[in-house]
Formats: sequence, C-alpha cells, structure tokens
Amino acid sequence: MKNVYGWLLLTPAAILLVGFTHYPAVATLIDSFFTTGTVVRPSKFAGLANYASLADDPIFWQVLRNNLYFAAATIPTSIAIAMLMAIWVNDRLPARALVRMSYFTPTILPMVAVANLWLFFYTPQIGLLDKVGAMFGAASHNWLGDPSTVMACMAVMTVWKEAGFFMIFYLAALQSLPPELEEAAKVEGASRWYYFRRVTFPLLMPTTLFVLVNATINSFKLVDHLFILTKGGPDNASNLLLYYIYQVAFSFFDTAYASTLTVVLLALLAGMAIIQFQLIEKRVHYR
Amino acid sequence: MSEIVLEQVTKRFGPVKAVDSVSFRAEQGKFVVLLGPSGCGKSTLLRLIAGLEDVSEGRILIDGADVTRLSPEKRRVSMVFQSYALFPHLSTAENIVFGLKVRRTPEEERRKRLEHVAEVVGLAAYLDRKPQELSGGQRQRVALARAIIAENRICLMDEPLSNLDAQLRHGMRVEIRGLQQRLGMTVVYVTHDQVEAMSMADRVVLVREGRIEQEGSPEELYAKPATMFAARFIGTPGMNLVALADGPGGAVVRGSADTLFARGGNGLTLGVRPEHVGLVEAGGIRGTVTSSEYHGADTILTVKVGEETFLVRAPGQLAHPPGSAVRLGWKPGMAHLFDTASGRRVPDGVL
Ligand SMILES: Nc1ncnc2c1ncn2[C@@H]1O[C@H](COP(=O)(O)OP(=O)(O)OP(=O)(O)O)[C@@H](O)[C@H]1O
Ligand SMILES: [Mg+2]
Repeated sequence: MKNVYGWLLLTPAAILLVGFTHYPAVATLIDSFFTTGTVVRPSKFAGLANYASLADDPIFWQVLRNNLYFAAATIPTSIAIAMLMAIWVNDRLPARALVRMSYFTPTILPMVAVANLWLFFYTPQIGLLDKVGAMFGAASHNWLGDPSTVMACMAVMTVWKEAGFFMIFYLAALQSLPPELEEAAKVEGASRWYYFRRVTFPLLMPTTLFVLVNATINSFKLVDHLFILTKGGPDNASNLLLYYIYQVAFSFFDTAYASTLTVVLLALLAGMAIIQFQLIEKRVHYR
Repeated sequence: MSEIVLEQVTKRFGPVKAVDSVSFRAEQGKFVVLLGPSGCGKSTLLRLIAGLEDVSEGRILIDGADVTRLSPEKRRVSMVFQSYALFPHLSTAENIVFGLKVRRTPEEERRKRLEHVAEVVGLAAYLDRKPQELSGGQRQRVALARAIIAENRICLMDEPLSNLDAQLRHGMRVEIRGLQQRLGMTVVYVTHDQVEAMSMADRVVLVREGRIEQEGSPEELYAKPATMFAARFIGTPGMNLVALADGPGGAVVRGSADTLFARGGNGLTLGVRPEHVGLVEAGGIRGTVTSSEYHGADTILTVKVGEETFLVRAPGQLAHPPGSAVRLGWKPGMAHLFDTASGRRVPDGVL
C-alpha cells in the first residue's frame, strides 16, 4: 500500500498507453489469427491461414520489394546529403542563418504539401521537369505514370524532404565538437578530407545511428505522398507496405489480412532496429 | 636553428586590437613565457605564431624565413592546446601518432618513436586507453607527447597546466621544463600564472591589453619592474604601490608625516615588495596594523600608513594584534619609484 500514490500518479498515462498502444498492438496480433468477421459469417480462428495467403500474395511481395527499394534509395542518400549540408552550413559563411533555414524549410512542410509541390515538378508537359527538358530538346515524359521511373521520383522527393531534418541533428553534433580538434589536426598537417575521415565522421557515429534508425522507420512510415501523387499506382509500382495495409483495411475491408500485414511490418521494423543497434553499436564511439 | 621573431605584429578582430604591434624574439632552445592577465591577447599571439589566425599587420619569421602567410602545417611547429584537444575516440597511442600518420611516416618508425615518447612522458602503461579514461595529468601528458613526437624544434603551449590541481601542476612544471631542456626545443608558453612564468622561463614577455609591457629574464622582471603594472603583476602578493605626497622635509607617504627622502613626492608612487618590508625598532615610517594573515611559513601583515596600506610579508608567526603600532623599513636598494601619471619607472638614483 506504500506505493499507492505512485500508482495513482501513473494511472492516467498508463490508461492512455494501454488503451491506445498496447491493447491495439495485442489486438492486431490476435486478429491476424482470425478470419475477417462479417454480419453473416462471424470471425473464427484461422490459425496461420492469413500468413499462408500473405506468402502467396504477389502484391505483398511487390510492395515489400518496393519498400526495400525505397529504403535503400532514400536512407543512405538522405543521410549523406544531411551530413554534407551540416558540414557546409557549420562553416563560417555569409548569410549562414539564411542557408540553414532554407535547408531546413522542407522539413516543416507537411508531406501532403510537399507532394503537391512535387506534383508540379513531375506533371507531364506543363511540369517543371518537362519544361526544362524541353529546353534541351528532350521528349515529354510521364514521370509518375511510368512504372520504371515512379519509384525514383518518390525517392528523390523524400530525400529532399528528409535531408534537412537530419541535417539539424548533424549540425547539433558538429557544434558540440570543440573547434580545437580541427585546429590540432591542422597544425599536424591534416587535410580537410583526412580530418573528416579520421575525426569528424567517427565522432558523428552516434548521431548517424540515431538518424539511421529514424530514417529506416520513416521509410516504412512515410506514405502520405501516395495519397496525392499515385495512390500506389501504376499497377502497384509505387505502392508501399503501409499504404497497402491502408488499402486492405479501408478499401477492401479485409481487417484480418490487414492485421497480418501490420504484424509483419512491425516484426520487420523491430528486427531492423535490433540489427542496427547491435551491429553498429560495436563500432560507435559514445562519449 | 629554430628561432621565432615577431616584427610589429598586429591582430584586429573587427575594431578590437587583440594584439597591438608586438615585437619579440624567441631564441633557439629558450623557454619564453607569454604572461599577462586574462584577455590580454596571449592566446591570440600564440595562434598567430601557429598560423591559426591571420596576421593583420607585421611579419612573423621562423628561422629567418617569413612565415606570415604560411599555413599551419608548413610552419613545422607543435602546439599543446589549453583544453588538450585530444581526439576522444582515439586511444592514447593513436592520439600521439596522429600527426605521423597524417605525414605517412612508415609504420616501423612510428612504433619506435611512439615507444620512445611514451617512455619520456611516462605513458607506456596507458597506450590503449581512451582520453576519457585518463586523469587530467595523464591527458596533459598525451597532449605533450603528441607535440613532441613530431620532433619539431618549436613547441607552442597555451596554458597547458591551467586545468590541473596545485600539486600536479608543480610536478608537470618540472617535467615540461626538463623535457624542453633535454630536447633543446624552443618553447613559447602562455600562462596567466606568474609563479609558472617565474619558475620556468628563460625569458618572460609580460603582455597587457595586446601590447608588451615588459620583456626580460624573470630576475629582471622581479628586480626592476618597468611599470607599475609589472610591479603589481609579479610576486605573491604583488608589490606595494603607495602614492607619495610633498611633506615638510621631503616626500612622504600620502597622509603620513615621516619623511622618506628629501625631494618632492607629488605625482610619484613608491613601490616596495612585501617580502622586502621589515618591522624595525627605530626609524622607518610609522603605521598601524589592521590585520594579520597567517600563511604557515610566513605571515602577511596589513599595515596602514597615512592613507595608504602596505602588505608586509614576515617569516614565522608574528604577535601583532590589529591596532598595534609598528615601524616599517626596507633596505635602500629595495624601493622603486614610478611616475603615477604614466605608470613608468623613474630612473634609479633619485632615492
Ligand atoms: N575570434 C575572436 N573574435 C573577436 N575577438 C576575439 C577573438 N578571439 C579573441 N578575441 C579578443 O581578443 C582579446 C584577446 O583574447 P585572447 O584569447 O588572446 O586572450 P588571452 O590573453 O589568451 O586570455 P585568457 O588568459 O583568458 O585565455 C580578447 O579581448 C578577446 O575578446
Ligand atoms: Mg587564452
């Protein structure tokens, strides 16, 4: 009874957490083992049947491939660009605040606004991309309508949006490095590149790990643009896992299969986070 | 040869002159200390020599060659930073050989030099540790080792001992000085601690507000301060500086009646070091003890004479309760005279 006040204080937060996080997660896991209930046919236990049909679902495999491509294209690029931008705006340069702000601006835009903006770039004929291409005599191209270019277009846009956000973390990390380190290296004759390779990069590793985990989660979480740009098309060429879950749940109303997909997505993310932490932590220098 | 010469060097930060036409020479194999209060431009001077700041005006010569516009690595100097500037993710050994790796010194030679230097600074047992696993004194020695392994003839040090406790600081002073003499390095050493300056330096350059106030051997600075600033800065506590006034028979301490010498005292300041003032039975000047501070080996008495106060450092423990009357005296050669308005020393022989 001694801890009753402690428990009382915890209760509001605990109710919210259990109600909106833990219960839905467990319910999703349970639902994935049942069939979708309808008015005439109530839901009943189906064992691993949902998982079996998932393995046979060609769209699932395509969507998963798309998502892996999306992750592989956006994560390293946005991290590299973020690091470069941070190093660049960390230097003493004219109008530094302005440059920093303009790099950060894409971050504060909602993904939907970004998608609308880029729609203007990608639209055939009247879009910026085609207009510029036309000046050099290139033929018009339906960037978003072509299955071979649509994923690349999505990736470029996402990098544009994400890099500024990650830059802020790198900038903060860079500013916590004492400037004498660079001066000491300079006196020893180290070039800028050598200094980056031997000192800056290793010292940024904790930030890189943090950003990497975030970027990975984002690459599976960020689907808002699909609503505006392609709705996953053409022919699922730009469909991503989370958007597919949304379609299955709210367009096809197959909640059991959606639960199954969700469980797979969660397992995937958890697995990746564990691998990242274990692999990289060994090589990360924490101060 | 490894001689540093500064000719009329000026450094401006916007409107601020951090260094104002400074000229001095650090001869080969000498230990030169830049001494001065906080913010006087010592670090800036050192960074100018290292090439980490651009000179606004003037020239810097190393071994007779003009290096004013040369980048830091071409000047072949080593530097020990005030904060050590060790790379936190590298081990002691990696930190020490950082510069050798930059210059692509062969592995074999690197190992040999590392072994030798680690022996010299006493770090052989700590080569695998990261900086945060070392004590302050050990970190300082890593910084020192990184500076000497390059085998540059010139080493610049910016308050390397300021983060250490008193005992360690004393030990490191001896170590650095010994190392410098053994290796025959030319060292320019920055400090605001005059004890450090006096005990280590061959030459002291006293800096004040970006200008050189006085330059000379520690003995010269102690025995013949060129200005009131120098007089006050050197010594613990610094020199007593008391305003003089015209008395009936000559100069007197302001507000006192005892004649010091037969000459007008207006506009002059008398300086006597606390350790040179003694309590005398007869003669001297009369004063009243206001407080006494026991320091173990000696006692510091505060004595009011007229409107001025003298500090008196006397050996042992003295029984002079506040309020007791005393007489102060000093040997003729121990008093200094300064012009109050300019702060400059009045040529000897006036007294
Ligand atoms: N980068 C800079 N920009 C503007 N002013 C500066 C800069 N660096 C130094 N200063 C100014 O130049 C003067 C001298 O600074 P410096 O660092 O050389 O002092 P210091 O003698 O080393 O002091 P300390 O003993 O406190 O380290 C100071 O007034 C300081 O404010
Ligand atoms: Mg300084």
